Amino acid sequence: MIQIEYLLIVSAVMMFAGVFGFLTRRSTLAILLSVELMLNATDLNFAVFNRMLYPDGYEGYFFALFSIAISAAESAIAIAIMINIYRMIKNIQVDELEKMKW
Amino acid sequence: MFVVLAVLIMLSSLATVMTKSIVRAATYLLFVLLGTAGMYFLMGYTFLGSVQVMVYAGGIIVLYVFSILLTEGAKDETFKRKAKDASWGFLLSLVGFLAFTGVVLTHQFKSYVLEAPSETASAVTSINSIGTNMLSTGEGGYLLPFEAVSVLLLACIVGALLIARKR
Repeated sequence: MIQIEYLLIVSAVMMFAGVFGFLTRRSTLAILLSVELMLNATDLNFAVFNRMLYPDGYEGYFFALFSIAISAAESAIAIAIMINIYRMIKNIQVDELEKMKW
Repeated sequence: MFVVLAVLIMLSSLATVMTKSIVRAATYLLFVLLGTAGMYFLMGYTFLGSVQVMVYAGGIIVLYVFSILLTEGAKDETFKRKAKDASWGFLLSLVGFLAFTGVVLTHQFKSYVLEAPSETASAVTSINSIGTNMLSTGEGGYLLPFEAVSVLLLACIVGALLIARKR
């Protein structure tokens, strides 16, 4: 028997760990991992609020479902870009990426 | 069960951003995602939990590990951060976390107690009604976003192939 607000605390820890990683990491792939952490926290929040406010509805449920699909698409494209960048300058650290041209 | 999952999620998400090796960061992220799937199961959202395991844990993490090994490998020097940047980032995220937690704890939410796995408690989220709602065009139907996501995934396949191809 758990008050469902505690799930919001868990997802807040996840979210702000992601913010910390996003602000301080230097490798672009590590930044992407932090973004995934933040997206996952929002998905959990959608499900929690759906459960808490409308236990018989499914709006937040479907929102989380589509959000998972969109974050999969996002990470696939971002990883393709990273691999392309690595092929050109042999590095994916953010402070080495100075020119954004092909 | 909730406490175990919550501790797993919180410790792993902190370890994801603290660890030095990026492969280890991806592994800790896998634990975070599996713990989140466990939370969905605990809330009775069985289908959402299995989608989480399949798409996130099975797909995205494997993609990340492949791309880490394809680019810089397991080199440990990915975590050189300036102490000033790190303390600013830590301060910002701590302030955000404290503000959010304060709001959540002081706000009077409609009291809802999470019971043990309750798939039968909500007939709405059964697989049958999920399928019906996802492909219906009427009230509360999700056919348009469903089709939009399919077009998005097609564009994503073409775009990823176009960007990552060898020239």
